[in-house]
Amino acid sequence: MRDVAIVGVGCTPFRPLTPEVNWKELTFQAAVRAYEDAGIDPRRDVDSFITCAEDFWEGFSIFDEFTPDQLGAVLRPMHTVTGDGLLGLANAVMQIKTGLCDVVVVEAHSKISELLTFEHVVELAFDSVYEAPLSRERDVHPYYVAGLEMQLYLHETGTTEEQCAAVVVQDKQNALLNPLAPYGTRMSVDDVLGSPPLSDPLKRLEVAPRADGCVVLVLAAGEIAERLCEVPIYIEGIGWCSESPWIAARGAEALYAKRAAQMAYEQAGITNPLQQIDFAEVDDRFAFKLLQHVEALGLAHPGQAGKLLLDGMFSRDGELPVNPSGGCLGAGDLIEAGGLARALEVVLQLRGEAGARQLPDVETGVALSWRGVPHGTGAVAVFRRRS
Amino acid sequence: MAHEPRTQTHNDERFGPPPNPQGRRLSAQEEAQLPHIIAKPRARYAWAAGIAISAFLEGLKRGKILGRKCVGCGRVLVPPRMFCERCFRPTDEWVELPGTGVVETFSVSYIDTDANRVEEPILVGTIALDGAPPHCGFMHYFGEVSPEELHIGMPVEPVWKPEGERVGSILDIRYFRPRGR
Repeated sequence: MRDVAIVGVGCTPFRPLTPEVNWKELTFQAAVRAYEDAGIDPRRDVDSFITCAEDFWEGFSIFDEFTPDQLGAVLRPMHTVTGDGLLGLANAVMQIKTGLCDVVVVEAHSKISELLTFEHVVELAFDSVYEAPLSRERDVHPYYVAGLEMQLYLHETGTTEEQCAAVVVQDKQNALLNPLAPYGTRMSVDDVLGSPPLSDPLKRLEVAPRADGCVVLVLAAGEIAERLCEVPIYIEGIGWCSESPWIAARGAEALYAKRAAQMAYEQAGITNPLQQIDFAEVDDRFAFKLLQHVEALGLAHPGQAGKLLLDGMFSRDGELPVNPSGGCLGAGDLIEAGGLARALEVVLQLRGEAGARQLPDVETGVALSWRGVPHGTGAVAVFRRRS
Repeated sequence: MAHEPRTQTHNDERFGPPPNPQGRRLSAQEEAQLPHIIAKPRARYAWAAGIAISAFLEGLKRGKILGRKCVGCGRVLVPPRMFCERCFRPTDEWVELPGTGVVETFSVSYIDTDANRVEEPILVGTIALDGAPPHCGFMHYFGEVSPEELHIGMPVEPVWKPEGERVGSILDIRYFRPRGR
């Protein structure tokens, strides 16, 4: 089957608030940059467009109808994936692999600052007749689900609260070198441990602050990619997986991520992730999620990620850097754009365009997304710069 | 154990006979017998109007209808956008339109959102404003005109709220009426 590569990337900076533009104007900015980067005209050169968005985040029903204008997709094939950006990327890969399309655009954005009742919308994602009434009865913040998962993860794996706190320290420090990331700062493990408990053992600084922003990626079939750009970044494998939605049915392991990784690795021919992968970008809306996700990727044995993080293995100059972008904790929780933000960083690193945070000698990187509380859906993509 | 046919559920002792196919309100007692959950989603938003629509709304407050011109295709877009969706390029300049135009299409609506009959039919439609291309997206109410008179191609003009009542909303225009009335 045909190869698929990323030939263009564009984004807006990620910011806590973006009142100066509406979401259409935000998306237009990112799209213009992506098309410029790819050297294409969307009105002529793109066969299909995909947006990744969820009605409740946007506040529009049937949001898919609003997506064409700002992408240059009017009167062109266009559809919306109700999910994270990497799921849209998977759709794009399939459209090219099958030969249906040659060039496909994927977009995801967050304008989450405009949702005034975030917690209540998250609550609407709970089972409406069983789980949601339990949340409403005592008006408990829905992030207690993350507290449940973290508690079990710590208990089953022996991971410590200090190790989780160290994730925050590393991410926020990495973010200082990323001009796109709004939440970079220097802090200590004690700062994190001393921040107020939200849903014990989860602490305030372990929760990624939300951000607005947009990411647009342009994909092309291998032979076209080689013509369009100097350094196409190939998507060697992509996988996705969903657990049962029952919150109380989850275990300590991020099974959705593990299965998604297995699917992606099989396509990419990855049998020994530690040997074959140079760095990773993973969703870490909650600090412990980075450790759990790194284990799901097979980059650490279960329960070992926290210890290895303290040893420096996942730092920028470590053996296997994780979240050089700053991750969600440093770059912001971009809701459905989270997966594309992770993919964007992988592409920039593999192209050698990551500026001050550039990792040396990287050839293969992996991106992992998760849809956030209360979901059990994840996706994994393996990217490679072919020499 | 053999499964009971599904339809049985409606006829068992707990639920009584099937509901009236014509539709009727359940009695309080019947409603109490049906396990269900009532919830009111709490979803509130504060959408930024954006660069183009913000200027447009400010214009309405001053009694002006503003559009954006795209020199790529020559169209004046109203309501304005900062990019032309056909050419996929930023639009170029602000243009003030006279406000007059013609009816492109209309409908006489006899029901409200709850499907109740309304006393006065509501006239809604789209307008091709003078100075802008047809089918540009301008929509409003019609007034001072009967449903029988209203027709496609009818020249119309805006009826503004008094200056002190205008707040920067599309409702700063009350409606469009036949021109010269």
